[in-house]
Amino acid sequence: MSWRYWFSDNRGTLLAVAIFLAMFVLYIANHPAGFTANVVQTAANKGVLLALVAIAQTFVVLTAGIDLSVGMILVMTSCLASHILAGTPLMTGLGVAGVLGAGMLAGALNGLIVIFGRLQPIVATIATGAIFFGIALILRPTPGASPELNWDLADMMMGKVANTVPMSLVVLAALVLFVWIPFRRSVIGRATYAVGSSEIAAYMSGMPIRRAKFTAYVMSGLFAAMGGLYLTFFTYSGEASLSNGNTYTLYSIAAVVLGGVSLFGGRGSAIGAIFGALAFRSIGDLLFVFDLDPLLQPLFQGVVLMIAVSIGSARLFQVRNRLEFFS
Amino acid sequence: MTAAAPLLRLEGISKRYGGVRALEGADLVIEAGRVHAILGENGAGKSTLIKVISGVVAPDEGTMLLDGREVRFADPAAANAAGIVCIFQELSLIPDLTVADNIIASNPPTRLGMIDRTAQRRLAEDALRRAGGGDIDPRVPVKDLPLSRRQIVEIAKALARKPRLLILDEATSALTATDVETVLAVIRRLRSEGVALMYISHRMHEIAALADDCTVFRNGRKIATYAAGSKTDEQVVELMIGREYHNVFPPKPGPRTESGVAVLEVRNLSWAPRLRDVSLTARAGEIVGLGGLDGQGQRELMLALFGVLRGTAGEILIDGEKVSINSPRQAKSDRIGMALIPEDRKTEGLMLPMSVRDNLSFAALSEVSRLGVIDSARERRKVDEMIALLSIKTAGTGVPAGSLSGGNQQKIVIAKWLMRQPRVILLNDPTRGIDVGTKQEIYQLLRKLADEGAAILFYSTDYDELIGCCDRVLVMYDGTVRRTLAGAEITEHALISSALNLTGEEAGRGSRTVP
Repeated sequence: MSWRYWFSDNRGTLLAVAIFLAMFVLYIANHPAGFTANVVQTAANKGVLLALVAIAQTFVVLTAGIDLSVGMILVMTSCLASHILAGTPLMTGLGVAGVLGAGMLAGALNGLIVIFGRLQPIVATIATGAIFFGIALILRPTPGASPELNWDLADMMMGKVANTVPMSLVVLAALVLFVWIPFRRSVIGRATYAVGSSEIAAYMSGMPIRRAKFTAYVMSGLFAAMGGLYLTFFTYSGEASLSNGNTYTLYSIAAVVLGGVSLFGGRGSAIGAIFGALAFRSIGDLLFVFDLDPLLQPLFQGVVLMIAVSIGSARLFQVRNRLEFFS
Repeated sequence: MTAAAPLLRLEGISKRYGGVRALEGADLVIEAGRVHAILGENGAGKSTLIKVISGVVAPDEGTMLLDGREVRFADPAAANAAGIVCIFQELSLIPDLTVADNIIASNPPTRLGMIDRTAQRRLAEDALRRAGGGDIDPRVPVKDLPLSRRQIVEIAKALARKPRLLILDEATSALTATDVETVLAVIRRLRSEGVALMYISHRMHEIAALADDCTVFRNGRKIATYAAGSKTDEQVVELMIGREYHNVFPPKPGPRTESGVAVLEVRNLSWAPRLRDVSLTARAGEIVGLGGLDGQGQRELMLALFGVLRGTAGEILIDGEKVSINSPRQAKSDRIGMALIPEDRKTEGLMLPMSVRDNLSFAALSEVSRLGVIDSARERRKVDEMIALLSIKTAGTGVPAGSLSGGNQQKIVIAKWLMRQPRVILLNDPTRGIDVGTKQEIYQLLRKLADEGAAILFYSTDYDELIGCCDRVLVMYDGTVRRTLAGAEITEHALISSALNLTGEEAGRGSRTVP
């Protein structure tokens, strides 16, 4: 009996895992080198960035909001990281803390505006996103990095543990285990789902709805900043790139949807979003192994997203009360 | 106020919504270990009273004393913390969370900062058992439960909060007779444990079986408080409705010949599992009531007729001819000529931010346009006609519909369909939350429309309306028409006993016959 509830509760996540596995198996099967540590490492490093931003997006989407500033927080924190991830290990450590703190601050700003300004999240985060990009431009008018940038840290985070498992996957797993799952099982985490499912009922039940929303936005900022760190590890520099910011924002929404998180709030999980992000990233790899024109990548991404979303909403065929189409 | 300060005392509580006085100088004393019944019509101020006590709205005037000390609740959480828990009529459950998550919503047991799900499930099971829902699996998401089970979950949730004052607002309205008995037993046990209970219900026999004290509200004012059993039912009803009650309804035309034209005929309409073999006819000039407890398939019947439900079985005949209706657009077409006044005017009936004029002409755009272009002179003429016909009080036709009072909003919903001159009018509880004056106007309008040849199907949760307005009443139970009452047979007693699917004089005894 118990597994049935678990299954129906995690349907979206399982679908995302299945889609990713199918694509990844197809990729490995056709890769000239096959299933080697290096192939997995490359794939993981490409995927982790989008996965982090997708987790960031998940927190806000669960509250039935949407965060259009995640990409800009990523760019801003990456620019900040290219300045302060430098010097001795201690200095670098402080730098990491500073970058994460900046992300949380940005998320907190979003949260305060949405909760107390009562602005719609979509509008509030368009505005704050522009602000964050402005700050990124001030930090890095031209692409570059501190001459003392800590390359060792970057290489370690992009490397492998014990020469087999990619570090980026270890990081993702640790985040799920030590951040996501405790959040999911905490009182505030449950309140986050409740707010997204029915804010009125949550209020009437005396749940801490403001604290839940605020936490969701701060967590969103935190994970976007982790993405920013990884972007800097990846490029050994920072760049105030408008297209990067916009792309990651839009892709994060795509990954979240692919990962089975409901845009209406209250349903889904960060684990689904991670697999959604990895699946979305695999599309490019597939084009590579099948020797297709890279110019076709956006087209295929669109098609895959379309198909995946259609599978997710196949249940609409079973709707017997047409009013449910609109709710 | 000496040693024996009551648990809760209200003094001069007033609340206005815009220009409407919902509550006017209300006083009330609630004692521990007693069941206090609150009686009154819809719109008498009961809901507002509850909302004030449970921290949902703040009163404009007056004081609230808990254990003799003045209190003010900023939100429901604050009231809960003080031991005041309310079971609301509109359910306060979160659909995507499980039953256990909902029951232990506000302060679950934690271990290392995480919710201890095993302990939580035990608490939830315990609360469910005490609320008479031992059969409910705490791991199911609430949205997968039927309405009556959700109501039990709601009660379990309240019990899990260890209330000192428990408010039950029509908590039994969605329940079957056996469940009602269980809930009444729960209430009696809580009373013996020293909990104070406020019980709001329109079911007189439940109040007779339970209450220690009764307070009657009318038009936002407290009319009287008396010991239960010290007044006859007639006296109580008189207190509730005031004197002028019997003039509220327009006279009925008297029994009709059975040979009138059946404008609408329904044969064996089913929509598993909510509708089972519903058959009915409505003739021109007839107001047919739909009765029964809330949630017995009345809403589904209306939606099925209006083409909203998919996969229905059975036949619908208009003027004796078989039709298939697959969307509201088809339902309103000239051939069928149906109109539905929906249950929730704010979401299904009106576009609140748009103007009164736009709202009125939405359903009748084909009537006021030529070749797809709206003829604004004609639109204005028809809109003005409707505003005059229903005496809608509005500052103009350009103001947003949302700025009007509830009664006038409902008039717009009705008027919008009248612009098409429908032949079959379905009304889904149209007078809920509307003041008495507007109700009276709506009753008269319905009778007028019937006299002009419309067939009207009128669902109401208010028994008095069914008695006062309808030529026949079909009482629904568990998705089917259980009994048809006509003319003088339509009495409160007959309505209640058939609504509970009881036969004979055993109403309220819980001897539920198997359907």
